[in-house]
Amino acid sequence: MPVDVRLPTVLRQHAGGMASVKANGTTLAEVFDDLVRQFPGLAGQVVTDNGTLHKFVNVYVNDDDVRYLDKLETKVSDDDVVSILPAVAGGALATN
Amino acid sequence: MALYNSILDLIGDTPLVDVSGLSPNPRVRILVKLEGQNPGGSVKDRVAKSMVEEAEKDGTLVPGQTILESSSGNTGIGLAMVARVKGYPLEVVLPENVSEERKQLLAVWGAEIILSPGREGSNGAMRMAQRLAAENADRWFPFQYGNHANPKAHYEGTGPEIWRDCPEVTHFVAGLGTSGTLVGVGRFLKERKPSVQVWAVEPPAGEMVDGLKSFDEGFVPPIFIEHDGYELLDRKTVVGTRESVEWTVRLCDVGVFAGISSGAVVAGAVRCAQKIDEGVVVAVVADGGWKYLSTGAWTEDIDHVVERARGTIYF
Ligand SMILES: Cc1ncc(COP(=O)(O)O)c(C=O)c1O
Repeated sequence: MPVDVRLPTVLRQHAGGMASVKANGTTLAEVFDDLVRQFPGLAGQVVTDNGTLHKFVNVYVNDDDVRYLDKLETKVSDDDVVSILPAVAGGALATN
Repeated sequence: MALYNSILDLIGDTPLVDVSGLSPNPRVRILVKLEGQNPGGSVKDRVAKSMVEEAEKDGTLVPGQTILESSSGNTGIGLAMVARVKGYPLEVVLPENVSEERKQLLAVWGAEIILSPGREGSNGAMRMAQRLAAENADRWFPFQYGNHANPKAHYEGTGPEIWRDCPEVTHFVAGLGTSGTLVGVGRFLKERKPSVQVWAVEPPAGEMVDGLKSFDEGFVPPIFIEHDGYELLDRKTVVGTRESVEWTVRLCDVGVFAGISSGAVVAGAVRCAQKIDEGVVVAVVADGGWKYLSTGAWTEDIDHVVERARGTIYF
């Protein structure tokens, strides 16, 4: 079951310049494994070598930060959108 | 009401108002804490007073010394009022794309404004202030993202007030900027009642994050880490601009004229009320609507308002 994964600018160079890619999995961990299979340059970028989320990365399933759901074990399904974003200070810009 | 010796004594002790008319679930009450009632107009009056008075006490701020801080508006405005009353000059690094009213209010209090690039957002303003503070060691740099007097203002003020007025609270919802409100109130409430759930609401990340060259340039506020933010929060959710504006307008149905971040927070409180079976949700209305009139949020076509809000910082 593919989910939509939105990539931040800093990762697009490792994914052929794409802003959004499809990946398969029923949990986030599986989705990220599939992403790295497709784009080996993403290895270690979002999930560190010891299997945790990078300190300055926020990952959202739809609108929710997965650190407060089940982290990498968070379940995903077909219509979900996974967004990867760098953590930054303060209020961000209004864009949608 | 009473007689006050100083305007600064009016900071805090804000009202908590039942707005359950907005709740989608008849078994969930929603209460809002009106921080726009503070004399400088926002929740940040508490933080400004707390940071300045702590620094006066420990001697890091001396009479007449210039204060330098970064802010998306409210901390700057709160500091500008406190600094004016106490006689400190103030310089505020402000992203150029905040609402016009925020700049005007800083000017009202006589603060000097230093504009930072809009596309870098609050993050860019913070980095510029850190650089300027390093170059000008004679300034006092409170650094709200790392200053313990920020969460302390909420641990000793906002949190106890909520507990005093509503011990039935089951969920606490607030906006996430420096995280001071969430970690200060969150810790206080969980110490009294461990079952309380703490929900953070964020604005959508915009173009600002495109400027980073790698994740290692990212930032998590030191107060968030040092005050166990990762353990204290139970949920963190993004509310988009359209939904934020819609709830800002709906707040008027219950007589609450609030800023756009409060619309986002109330949208978060409503999502919370939909998810739970029963409970009492306390949400923070960080400021009043005055500083956002130029967005046209209440009077103009929503598509137009959202388009205009694109690129504007409202948290
Ligand atoms: C209008 C508004 N809402 C919410 C916040 C977030 O508050 P805090 O910095 O305590 O996380 C701020 C301040 O950044 C603000 O100005």
